Amino acid sequence: MGLKIIVLAKQVPDTRNVGKDAMKSDGTVNRAALPAIFNPEDLNALEQALRLKEKYNGSTVTVLTMGPGRAADIIREGMFRGADSGYLLTDRAFAGSDTLATSYAISCAIRKIKEYDVIIAGRQAIDGDTAQVGPQVAEKLSLPQITYAEEIFSAENRKITVKRRLERGVETVECALPCVVTVNSSAPDCRPRAAKLIMKYKHARTATERTEQPNEYDTLATARPYLNIREWSVNDIETDAKWLGLSGSPTKVKAIENVVFQAKESKKLTDSDSEIEDLIKELIVNHTIG
Amino acid sequence: MNNIFVICEIDEGKVADVSLELLTKGRSLANKLNCKLEAVALGHNLKGIETQIFPYGADVVYVGNSAHLEPYTTLPHAAVINGLFTEQKPQIALLGATTMGRDLGPRISSALVSGLTADCTALEIGDHEDKKAGKTYTNLLYQIRPAFGGNIVATIVNPDCRPQMATVREGVMKKEIFSATHKGEVINIDVNKYIKPEDLVVKIIERHIEKSRVNIKNSPIIVSGGYGMGSKENFQLLYDLAEVIGGEVGASRAAVDAGFAPHERQVGQTGVTVRPKLYIACGISGQIQHTAGMEESAMIIAINNDPSAPINAIADYVITGDALSVIPKMIKYYRKNSK
Repeated sequence: MGLKIIVLAKQVPDTRNVGKDAMKSDGTVNRAALPAIFNPEDLNALEQALRLKEKYNGSTVTVLTMGPGRAADIIREGMFRGADSGYLLTDRAFAGSDTLATSYAISCAIRKIKEYDVIIAGRQAIDGDTAQVGPQVAEKLSLPQITYAEEIFSAENRKITVKRRLERGVETVECALPCVVTVNSSAPDCRPRAAKLIMKYKHARTATERTEQPNEYDTLATARPYLNIREWSVNDIETDAKWLGLSGSPTKVKAIENVVFQAKESKKLTDSDSEIEDLIKELIVNHTIG
Repeated sequence: MNNIFVICEIDEGKVADVSLELLTKGRSLANKLNCKLEAVALGHNLKGIETQIFPYGADVVYVGNSAHLEPYTTLPHAAVINGLFTEQKPQIALLGATTMGRDLGPRISSALVSGLTADCTALEIGDHEDKKAGKTYTNLLYQIRPAFGGNIVATIVNPDCRPQMATVREGVMKKEIFSATHKGEVINIDVNKYIKPEDLVVKIIERHIEKSRVNIKNSPIIVSGGYGMGSKENFQLLYDLAEVIGGEVGASRAAVDAGFAPHERQVGQTGVTVRPKLYIACGISGQIQHTAGMEESAMIIAINNDPSAPINAIADYVITGDALSVIPKMIKYYRKNSK
């Protein structure tokens, strides 16, 4: 019996490879200098999904992402590695969402997809490191959750068995399906793209992307429906506007302070009381200590 | 009503350090807000657990005792907390940013539709003006955390939704006994009122938990000593500084070989590799074998008598002087200037 697997993925700026040009002269983040990538732990999640698909004949893997139009890139990336289809949830109505509003929109999209056995996501995304969206989606769908997963051992007879990695050890848990699983970076890396799948899916496009070359892409998508990346706006899913975007976000950003990058040019201090006190004050002010 | 709640994490009958740190922080926030500090302790065989919690300043401890609550699984804990919070309406709720707190926190925030900020590095009380809506809020919880891979520090507020929730990592806040004789009220909760059969759907079939050991690898601050510290007794200064600023003590190979510190604290090629946000190297010359294990630290302060010590080349701050006199000054001025 095959499983219907949904993988939640996010396109994120690559905050791990922050170079000198990543910060503008005014101290703000230069997003253009940061490549947009498939969130690393979402790739660990995709790998767990693909392993289930291989294990249980007839399984399908669907990538669901929310973001701007260019986030369709990570759906294609997922297809190149073995996913069967994808949904892009994109609308200005979602702009400014915090984790709660994001999880609300995603849970509404999952309700619309309707048929699923397991939802697998990365533990957290590197642009926020909150680890909240997975559990919040689970709560909104009234599903149990298994966080910090390292390996899904099996998912049969409507039960899933998962190894979790905790601070000081491991735990194996069993849970009834459907449920939400969030996967750690300590899980196996995702397999690379497969040449065959790149050939198969390289022309996969969302409806908006097809308008760039309507003649070619519309013909292709009609002939090969798997090349259609489904694109949903807020009107395609059932939502209550008050829970979306900024108005659905209880957390507000009050202030942003830039952490100034400094070249490794040592500051020389003596051991005098005043210089040491100034250093300690500076470390407290810039949140290095305290 | 409208009090500060700390959800305690309990491990084999012992309240976790991170929870005691949050109680300490919660106590000072409660004093500022002139409200009560309340703790929640859920688990099994918790008799007497309140004696570990009261010294840190809690006015009330809610104790929920049930075999369903130990070991931790998400849904029964979430059910009890959601029920309790719906009745008690806390204004602030704090959890450790542990695998438990980061599993439970978002579940609760999603159920109660309240805002949650993960991994805060500072919590303060302050006002907030929403210019667009023309509203002013007083006494909100400022939830301060690094974001965007640590490239920015953001201050987050939850103006309208309650509780204002935050998680904090272990070691970020100071743990301090409020009063050894402080006593409060114990309220036993009937957890069966909240836990439904469908909350028991996750079963733990195997569990291997290792005893906690010295773990300098994950410490955000490391105070490290070398042969230049002179003796095992002098190393005590490093422990003092580490304790005050919330860090761990590391050592160079020469210091370990000389018996100043145990091997598990050794940083470097033959020890552990660390990349804390702050590394303070005291009396360490900076041989490659050592620097290889710490050069990726976000900030390095070197304290050394020798102005030409190799460690100075990779340090952000070089203090030329005797570590034995500099460290007590650092402790003194940290105490004086921190809140």
